[in-house]
Amino acid sequence: MIVAAHKARFTEPLRLSSGAVLPEFEIAYETYGTLNAARSNAVLVCHALSASHHVAGSYADDPDNIGWWDNMVGPGKPLDTDRFFVIGSNYIGSCFGSTGPASTNPATGKPWGADFPVVTVEDWVAAQARLADHLGIERFAAVMGGSIGAMQALQWSLDYPERVRHAIVIACTPRLTAQNIGFNEVARQAIMTDPDFHGGNYYEKGVVPERGLRIARMLGHITYLSDDAMMEKFGRALRRKAPGYDFEIDFEIESYLRYQADKFARYFDANTYLRITKALDYFDPAARFGGDLAKAFAQAKADFLVVSFTSDWRFSPARSRQIVRALLDSRRIVSYLEIDAPQGHDCFLLEDARYHGALRAYFRNMPL
Amino acid sequence: MTETETIARWVTPGARVLDLGCGDGRLLRSLWETKQAPGYGVEIDDTHVLECLRNDVNVLQMDLEDGLAAFADQSFDVAILSETLQAIHRQEHLLKEMLRVGREAIVSFPNFGYWRARIQIALGGRMPVSKELPYEWYNTPNVHHCTLVDFEALCGKLGFRILERVVLTEGAAVATMPNLLGALAVYRVAA
Repeated sequence: MIVAAHKARFTEPLRLSSGAVLPEFEIAYETYGTLNAARSNAVLVCHALSASHHVAGSYADDPDNIGWWDNMVGPGKPLDTDRFFVIGSNYIGSCFGSTGPASTNPATGKPWGADFPVVTVEDWVAAQARLADHLGIERFAAVMGGSIGAMQALQWSLDYPERVRHAIVIACTPRLTAQNIGFNEVARQAIMTDPDFHGGNYYEKGVVPERGLRIARMLGHITYLSDDAMMEKFGRALRRKAPGYDFEIDFEIESYLRYQADKFARYFDANTYLRITKALDYFDPAARFGGDLAKAFAQAKADFLVVSFTSDWRFSPARSRQIVRALLDSRRIVSYLEIDAPQGHDCFLLEDARYHGALRAYFRNMPL
Repeated sequence: MTETETIARWVTPGARVLDLGCGDGRLLRSLWETKQAPGYGVEIDDTHVLECLRNDVNVLQMDLEDGLAAFADQSFDVAILSETLQAIHRQEHLLKEMLRVGREAIVSFPNFGYWRARIQIALGGRMPVSKELPYEWYNTPNVHHCTLVDFEALCGKLGFRILERVVLTEGAAVATMPNLLGALAVYRVAA
């Protein structure tokens, strides 16, 4: 599937949760399949931390750049683009095309840098709603995502209940735990204490806080995998013939983390990383309802599919079961899958016959 | 008369139904089609969960042995446990949970007091194998068999009221000597 990225520009200011206002913004997006005459077959796919609007397929001039959820979305795939019109949208604050900290601040003509506001999941969803208007989609057949993408699907069902018929919430949590927030804070500290960070205004200095980004990514990677999956993949295998009794790479896992870190620091923006982790920390849709998630879901009108993975310790099945319990308490329609798979939080990106079979069946039974 | 027909007679139109150990969801599907009763199935098996989704039945993948913590008190009109009781380890706990979340419970199970089972043990000297109990002793998922008399004694102990009972053999209702002549028992109980 050959795809192309687009941009939509919005000139009406967007008021953010923080009270700050984005005077104007752009959203990068891709679409796959065809919107039907009734405009009833649109599915919005929301992405997680390091991904983008490039959900599926590849570009004509860059055939190796395959979308991050290509095993899920495409012709004949579980989310079948022969039947559905699928939209991948890049959230604001990102570094992949939508307006973010590296974009030009219209007030100064320079990159936003430190001045780019902190955005929340609610802000992402409000911006996506503008994109839906722009594309002429009044109501989505489904809004879906994994991890942070799932938070957006959940938020969509609360903030725009009339616009979401199904919310597909995979590897999600109704709020971060103190441990989750702790990990995020370590990542932020790694970035902000990097001498190349310059308080967030590093673009004009021609440097990148690579060291901080690298450490943040290493830490993140450890939380995406399970202990078992890591042991299975790397064990205690050595990269060299014998221990070196120095601080070069001994173990395979060290080599893997350094490789992932180097790769990430080349393409990801540190200011974006800071803001995404904050958006995660702040996510708590029950907060407005005295901590009662069921009361929050009383706003929703969608049917829900919730999926968790047993080895996911970042957002464990217990967190998904809280979502399910609250949905049941608020009398929403919900199905719940708890898939026994070993790879940890990353499971939501991997191919698994049970997981993909379930999504395929769910979409197939979705009336348009 | 089938078990499904028996259960359908007891479910009022539009009732909220919880089917525990729902298999491929065919009972819920049928209750939706005949009674417009919106239901949830609870199932642990991956294959069954997938079949439920294919059958467009709401399914929750959870382990009944963990109880029914996902469900609020009296949030269903009826909780059904169809031919699953004998495969549960903590029956008392589950039965109490059923009447916590449901106003009524419907429970069915193969009657271990059925004469064919009795003869296989008494005369054949072997564990019974039948249409209702198709497993060998070494591969059965069933752990706690009971008879009608046993089940009714347990209901008494738990303080449950038996509202109705239908006993079936080969698709026909059994009126006389049900504990001997009945292959499958279906009960409607309340707290």
